[in-house]
Parts: sequence; structure tokens; C-alpha cells
Amino acid sequence: MSIEKKEFRPKIVAFCCNWCSYAGADLAGSSRLGYPADVKIIRVPCSCRVNPMFILRAFEKGADGVIMCGCHPGDCHYSTGNYYARRRMTLLFSMLDYIGVENGRTRVEWVSAAEGVKFSDTMNEFVEKIYSLGENVRLGDLRCRS
Amino acid sequence: MGSEKKQAEMIREISGVNPLKCMKCGKCSATCPSFNEMDIKPHQFVSYVINEDIESLVNSKSLWKCLSCFACVERCPRDVKPGKLIDAARQLVVRQKGQDYLSADEIPELLDPELPQQLLVSAFRRYRR
Amino acid sequence: MQRIGVFVCHCGSNIAATVDVAKVAEMALMEPGVVHAEDYQYMCSEAGQAKIAEAVHEKNLTGVVVCSCSPRMHEATFRKAAERAGLNPYMVEIANIREHCSWIHKDMEEATKKAVILMRAAVAKVNLNTPLKEGESRVTKRALVIGGGIAGIQTALDIADAGYEVDIVEKTPSIGGRMSQLDKTFPTLDCSACILTPKMVEAAAHEKITIYTYSEVEKVSGFVGEFTVDIRKKARHVDMDKCTGCGVCQEKCPSKKAPSEFNRGLNKRSAIYTPFAQAIPNVPVIDCDNCIKFKTGKCGICAKVCQAGAIDYEQQDEILTEKYGAIVVATGFDTINLEKYDEYAYSQSPDVITSLELERVMNAAGPTHGHLERLSDGKAPKEMVFIQCVGSRCSDDRGKSYCSKICCMYTAKHAMLIRDKYPDVNVTVFYIDVRTPGKNFDEFYRRAVEQYGVNYIKGQVGKVIPQPDGKLLVQASDLLDNQQILKEADMVVLATAIEPNPDVRKIATMLTASIDTNNFLTEAHAKLRPVESPTAGIFLSGVCQGPKDIPETVAQAGAAAVKAVGLLAKDKLMTNPCTAHADELLCNGCSTCENVCPYGAITYEEKEVNDHGIREVRRIANVNNALCQGCGACTVACPSGAMDLKGFSNRQIIAEVDAICR
Repeated sequence: MSIEKKEFRPKIVAFCCNWCSYAGADLAGSSRLGYPADVKIIRVPCSCRVNPMFILRAFEKGADGVIMCGCHPGDCHYSTGNYYARRRMTLLFSMLDYIGVENGRTRVEWVSAAEGVKFSDTMNEFVEKIYSLGENVRLGDLRCRS
Repeated sequence: MGSEKKQAEMIREISGVNPLKCMKCGKCSATCPSFNEMDIKPHQFVSYVINEDIESLVNSKSLWKCLSCFACVERCPRDVKPGKLIDAARQLVVRQKGQDYLSADEIPELLDPELPQQLLVSAFRRYRR
Repeated sequence: MQRIGVFVCHCGSNIAATVDVAKVAEMALMEPGVVHAEDYQYMCSEAGQAKIAEAVHEKNLTGVVVCSCSPRMHEATFRKAAERAGLNPYMVEIANIREHCSWIHKDMEEATKKAVILMRAAVAKVNLNTPLKEGESRVTKRALVIGGGIAGIQTALDIADAGYEVDIVEKTPSIGGRMSQLDKTFPTLDCSACILTPKMVEAAAHEKITIYTYSEVEKVSGFVGEFTVDIRKKARHVDMDKCTGCGVCQEKCPSKKAPSEFNRGLNKRSAIYTPFAQAIPNVPVIDCDNCIKFKTGKCGICAKVCQAGAIDYEQQDEILTEKYGAIVVATGFDTINLEKYDEYAYSQSPDVITSLELERVMNAAGPTHGHLERLSDGKAPKEMVFIQCVGSRCSDDRGKSYCSKICCMYTAKHAMLIRDKYPDVNVTVFYIDVRTPGKNFDEFYRRAVEQYGVNYIKGQVGKVIPQPDGKLLVQASDLLDNQQILKEADMVVLATAIEPNPDVRKIATMLTASIDTNNFLTEAHAKLRPVESPTAGIFLSGVCQGPKDIPETVAQAGAAAVKAVGLLAKDKLMTNPCTAHADELLCNGCSTCENVCPYGAITYEEKEVNDHGIREVRRIANVNNALCQGCGACTVACPSGAMDLKGFSNRQIIAEVDAICR
């Protein structure tokens, strides 16, 4: 295995709810609104399905940023799911910040099915932020690093 | 105009009112006891602030004709409260008039041992240059 | 170990132009569990679907990953194809390499890399997929309508005409609702009772409709298709079967001091009463709070005069338990309390009335027998002032933030009727905006101005000041003239904002139907599902969902009926298999999940579990698959990690995360 300094390409995990944000991402796609390939989307039924454990796991496995997108407050397909998500993430993110995973690496954004532009803008902005923050060194499972 | 923009901003800040919430129902003018004395009517205050025409508002008769009875504040259905806007405009004038009233150099000769310190500090806060 | 087939779609050049599809297929073969991988022009075509079937048979596949467009597009297509090939449809996952990859990236190498990662995530997920089966539940072929106003009556009639049994539960002693209190209706000025009573009679006579008046819904349990509802039939103290509706008891009743609810408290009624002459059923009730017999024990005149012997002072409330497949909420509205609007002098002068009160004043059966007169001295008014938007469109805590929608039109109607019947009365309307979006609505309003000479002034009224001579001084502004107006009026009518019936919150809680900050019931989708509640099996009819006039209410009532009938027509319901379930060994019975569930799908039951050889009875969460919509709120809330969601399990999502971060 050759040891050479590779160009930093962040790993970014995006959790998108099936009803709004995933559809928003689809719209960004069909409108050809580009954003960096570093973002990989995981589909969940609702933002409230995102267990803080998943986000910790992502950082543990070497993610450099995690973004969660859901329906706008009040528009949740399951009426109240995004409110739960919002509260959970507020707590989780402040805890992550406390243990050294900067607030810039985590983000919650509300994206509706009609907001393709917002989805791509958000992702561009978020990826740029991760680039400026560099590689995430906290929480990582050292066994995962090659 | 630049300073008027700032003044409009200050009126908003002092009054704590968002003039954009106005739905132009006219209840303020309907309820105002000094309506007939005013050149700019209470419901018009809002548009003067939105259009940042503070000069006209400050030079109007209305500025000093308002009785501050706050009937409009009480009855405004949209929380716009023209009475608060005009009150803020007045404060703006008072503050401007009071500009460079006091400088740090003048303080020693104004000092009076009998004077409570608190008063001095607050006077300086209010009238400092 | 799963045997997975990966199918990579070119989508013409949509994917193949930026993603090296052959490379993706090649890389797929290196993933654990993958035994087959191929790429093809159009996977969604007949031929593409045949390829999936072929591979399932030949390679004995247990799971399928299709790398193609969004699952929102063709997930169902591929699942059906897999099902036809004998695979469980929930063993299929889609890797979205079109919308989320080829369409947004330009660089081929980068896009291919990402496509491979997305494929890996899908394969990792399928490796943990388990076959899921849609559940089935029964449908009770009977509907419940809560509320017996025009919305409820129309819904019940439409459901009954489709051949299903319907029960109407109405809180007051008669069906009819608000519409029965109206005098005329806009924009055609039909007499309200003339068009409503035939519908009331039709509903009462319909063999499929059962009406429970003077009754309330007490408890609701169950779920779509199988609701169990407790209905409290309040004691009428009059035997429904014996009473002939002759009305002698009401005439002879010595207690005539209770304010008439039907006439908005403008006159009095007897303690034993029917709300109005055309009431259905035409059976009176005894108002125990005002009945001398109930208060002192001495009276009993009604029992003496009743020749049918229908009076029964001993009657008790009765609880009925019925089963329903669908529930329609049609609880209607009331006008807001004007206590906080003392500037309009509503509580100070009897000549300041609400529009609903004016309806009663104008009505021949009302307190003034249809004569327009001042309630203070009975004199005919010469100057009438109408004030619009009283309590509507307010952002403060006194009123409602929404537009009540009907006031502009009924005010035009009142103004027109008064000018028509009493041409010497001057009518002035103070308005902020006149909103007339509706068929023939603006023409109607213009007719009030042009043909009937109603004086419309743009500007709100600031204050109404009762004068010593009994007149009312109205202080208002005329915004277009920039004037302040002082106008003497004999009567002032307030277009009071409407609000949902205060009981609706209680009912919504029982039904676990969601409700907004204004107490309006929330629809499942503001545009596309306007008559359904997000809670399955609950439908919305009339003003309980938002302000609306009679034609709109009737239209919505019909729509709600069709939705309910659509549900009742099914023999059984297929339920979404992606539901939550609790691991009974991990569940500690804390009830956290029960509290976060927006559908009331989680209940607790005592269950015997075998925990590593120890048999004991524990309190364990039980998810009702018919109610669970699969949002997953409970799975995260569960402190012991016992809750999981089928199809989106913790392990599956973590596998995806791992695959992406690998």
C-alpha cells in the first residue's frame, strides 16, 4: 500500500426524508442543479427516523459532515416527525460540538419537494463548509483509517 | 437618503414595531382623538416609515399633535401600533437635538460633590458627544 | 447469506452518458452477496423487467438491487416485477444513480465512483432485508358522522345513498346546525330553512341513517376500518317513542326564563323545549338547570299535561357502543366571544349585535318575528352600520389571524335585504377589503352597491359610543377620503369572526386527528387530500377544516362522503408493511413510544415472554399495524432500543452509512 498524500475529498452523508427532501433532491436532479459528488443521500421515511446513533456511526466510520433534511415545520407527512427530529438534533449537535465535532459539520435543513434549488444550494454551501473545516479527526474509529 | 434609511431603521428598533404587518384597515385613524389636528394621519405613519420618508414625518404637525393616548396601540388588530411609531420618531428628534450636548472635558466643571454619581453617569450616557 | 442480483440501467444516455454502467456492474460483483450483475438499456421496459425475472429464476436470487432512477419513480415497477418472478417485493432496493448522480455530475470518473458507492449502500441494505408481508384488516361497513349541521347531513345522505349505514351524532336536541339559524342565503337569497328542512327530513327518513341527537361522542378506540365508539345519549327526560310532538308541554311550562340558544339568547324559551319549530326529531328535551321540577322537586306540570305520558323525570344518560369503519368530523363553528372587543360596545348596548343575531332578528320565527327593530326599544332603525372583520385578520391575541371568508358576502346580503325590505333605512358598511371570490359573488356585492345603494366605506371602525338618547355614535375612518367620520346609527351589526366549535379539540384528541393552532382540523395534504385527516379513516367535512360557505361545505361534504364510501367499499384493507415493531425482550414498558406516536398506534399489553428460559409476564409495547404509518418516531424515542422499523431497520440504515463511509 503506497503512502501518498491524497487530495482531501470529504465524505458527506445526507439523510433525506422520503416525502419532502428526497423528492427535493430528485427535483434538483431532474433540474440538473449540480452539487459535489461527495454528498451521498440515504432515504429515510421521515426525519424523525434518524437516530442520533446513525450520525455518530457516520462520524465513527469517517464521515466529515452529516446533514439531515426534512419537511418544513408544519408540513411533515407524519404531522409531527420533524419537530421531534429538530429537538433531537439540537441536543445532538451541541453535544457533538462539545466533544470537538464542529457545528459546521452537522446541519439540519428543511427542504420541500418543490425546493430543488434550495437543495442544491444547501449542499453546495455545506460541502464548501466541510472543505474549509478539513478532515474530521474526532470520533473516528482508528481501525477504519487506512 | 442614506441617513433616512438609518433613521427608519432606528424607528423600527425603538418602537419594536414591524410596519410591514399593517393591513391598512384604518382603525388607528378611526380611533384617534386628535385626527383632525394632524396633517399626516395615523394610518399614514406606517407608509412613511416603510418608504423611509422620515424627514416629512419628523417635520409634520402630527409628531407633536399625537396625545400618546395609545388608543391606536390598544386597538390595532395587527400589532403595528402607529402610536409607538410616532413616539419613536419623537425620541429620534429628541436624541438628535441632544447631540453633542456634553463632552468629557466639560464634566470637571459641572462636578458638584453633592451630586449623586448615578445621575452623572446617566447624564453622560444620554448627552455625551 | 443473500443471493443478490444487481441491475444497472443505462436509461438511454441519461445515466450511461456520465456513469460507466459496465464498471458499476463489474464492481457490484465484488460486493458480498452479489451473485449476478448486468447492465441494460432500459431496466423499466418489458425486456428489462424480464431480465430481472430471468436472473431470479436462473441464479436463484433472494434480493435485487436496481441502479436506476429515483425509487419515487420506479420502485413500485421493479417490486412488482420481482413479485411476478416469485420474489418478495420488499427484497428489492433501488440505488438512485440518475437524479442523485448522473444528472448532477459532469465528470465521468467522479460520477461512476459515486454510482458505485450508491450501489454498495443499496447492496448492503438488501443484505439485511427481510421479506415483508402487507397486513390485512377488516372494514366495518358503517360510518359515523360527528355533527348534524348541513355538512354532517349532506355527508350522511351521500354515504347512505351509496348503500352504507350511517349514524349522525349531534350534540344539540335537533339536527340542522348553524344553517337552520340563518334567514336567507347568498348569493341567490333562498330562504335557508326552505332548502335545509327537506334535507333534514330526508336524512331522518332515510332507512340507512340513524340520528342520535342530544348525544356526544364519549370515547373512540380502534383504527381505520374498525373504530369502536362510545356515544353518550344524554337524558332527554322525554320518551322519544311516546312523544307526539304536540308542544303542549312547552306552552304550559311555567319556567320561561332560559335564554334561547337557537335565537342566540335574544329571547327566552321554556325549560322543556325544542330548539325550533322544524326541529328533527320533534321531541323536546328538559333543560334540568332551568326546570323547576329538577331544581325544587315541585312542579311536574309537563308530565300532567302530556297526554302521551312521554315525560320521564327518572331517565338516565345512556352509553351506546358502536363499531364503525370510517368517521367523518363535521363539527362546524361558532362566532368568537366579543368580550375583548369592548370598543364596539357589544356588551354595553343591546343595539350592537352580531351578524348571526341579525339573522335571527330578520327571521320570521325569530325574537322580533322578522321585523327589523332595535332590541332596546323596539323602534325601527333609520341608520344601520355594519362593521366587517371584527376579530378576523388580527395578529394580536384578541382575534383570529385568518379571514373568516363568509362575512363579506353575508354582510352584502344583509345590507341588500334591509334596503329591499326597508328602503328608508340607510345602510353603511365599513370594510377593509371586500373579498368576493366565488361564482356570482362579486356581481352580488356590486348589486348591493349599485342597485340597492348600500354605502360602502373603506376604513375600520375605531369605536362605537352609546349615546344618552339611545343612539350609537360610530367613529370610523374613511381611508379613501382621508377623513375621520362620526356617524350616528340606530343599530350596529358586527361581522364577527368564526371559530371552530370549541368541542373539536376534545374530539380531535379522541380521534388522534391533528389540529392546528386555530383549532381547525388539519387535512392530510393541503392541496391534494383536502377532505382527509392525516389519521387514516378520519374525514373532514365543513368548517371544522377551515372557514367556508354553504356551497363549499356541501361540496366538501360530498367529497368526504366519497372518500368514506371508497373506504367502506373495500372488503379488507392492505396495510403498509413498513411498520414499527417492538422487540419484546428489550422493551421495558416505559411508554415513551406511546407518547410520541402521532397515530395512537402503540398500546401496551401484559404479555408472557420467555427471557432466556425465564418465563414472566411483562408490560410490552404492541404496535397496531393497521394504524402505524411507519414514520419511525418511536424507534428513535425508545430508550432501550427495542423499537425498530421494518424496511428501514437500524441495522439496514447503519449498513448504508457504513457502505457510504467505507
